[in-house]
Amino acid sequence: MASAPDPSFAGRTYPAGPVHVVSGAKIAEFARATGATSAIHTDPEAAAAAGHRGVVATPTFLVSLAQATEAQYIEDPAAGIDFTRVVHGEESFELACPVVAGDRLVPTLTVERVRSAGGHTMVTTRVDVADEAGDPVAVVRSMLVVRGA
Amino acid sequence: MTTTTPLTLEQLETGQEIATGAYEISRDSLVRYAGASGDFNPIHYNDTAARDAGLPGVIAHGMLTMGTAVNVVAGLLGDGARITAYSTRFSAPIEVPATGSVTLAVRAVVGKIDPEAGTVQLTLEASVDGTAVLGRARVSVQIHERSA
Repeated sequence: MASAPDPSFAGRTYPAGPVHVVSGAKIAEFARATGATSAIHTDPEAAAAAGHRGVVATPTFLVSLAQATEAQYIEDPAAGIDFTRVVHGEESFELACPVVAGDRLVPTLTVERVRSAGGHTMVTTRVDVADEAGDPVAVVRSMLVVRGA
Repeated sequence: MTTTTPLTLEQLETGQEIATGAYEISRDSLVRYAGASGDFNPIHYNDTAARDAGLPGVIAHGMLTMGTAVNVVAGLLGDGARITAYSTRFSAPIEVPATGSVTLAVRAVVGKIDPEAGTVQLTLEASVDGTAVLGRARVSVQIHERSA
């Protein structure tokens, strides 16, 4: 592994995909794990009564898909990211529409920035989440601080 | 806790506190969040791993804190209202003891209101024992569709 995050990764976009099928069971488990109590996250009938095609994900649910997608970069030895030195700095979600059980989502990863300051390196990634038609569903940005030696 | 009456923009004023919440976080919470999210970083369940990473002990996933804090807004959303954006910095880790729990205290304060767009921005203040754990935590809510 490189000794520090490689700045040349900034600007790199990875191939889109694979298609991720959103699981109603995972939506419900994630809602319970974060203390979200509305039945629209766990009960398909409650979700249908509220006009949804299936149980509805909570606002940060896509972090799982985003982090699995970010792994293409974060876990690449050539990227030079020592995960034992990583602290989560920031996260943001832009949500174009509700995410619902059964949705088929396509993630695309871009490394937005690799910036060093004060002996640490901040790596910022963006995952664009679209449906299979290519229409935007969400944008998830994450900034990790890789602490210097 | 707080009202569960859905928000209308007419009720809101910038600077107004519109909701508060208190959420218990224990090691059990971290285990369940790890399973639900797929984040199995051992600093969130193993004290030795946490100390080897330079931490005083096991800490909560930042994303568990972010995911939990937004629940304070959930009761305010009526039919047709939707969170369109949510962002935060992680300003301090939450150390979670091996037994018992810590309390995440959250309050939501009204920021910018755009009546024409039907949107409101809320700032979330989240702390444990008086220490802020989220910084610049902002939620954008679409209360209703843009007026014609």
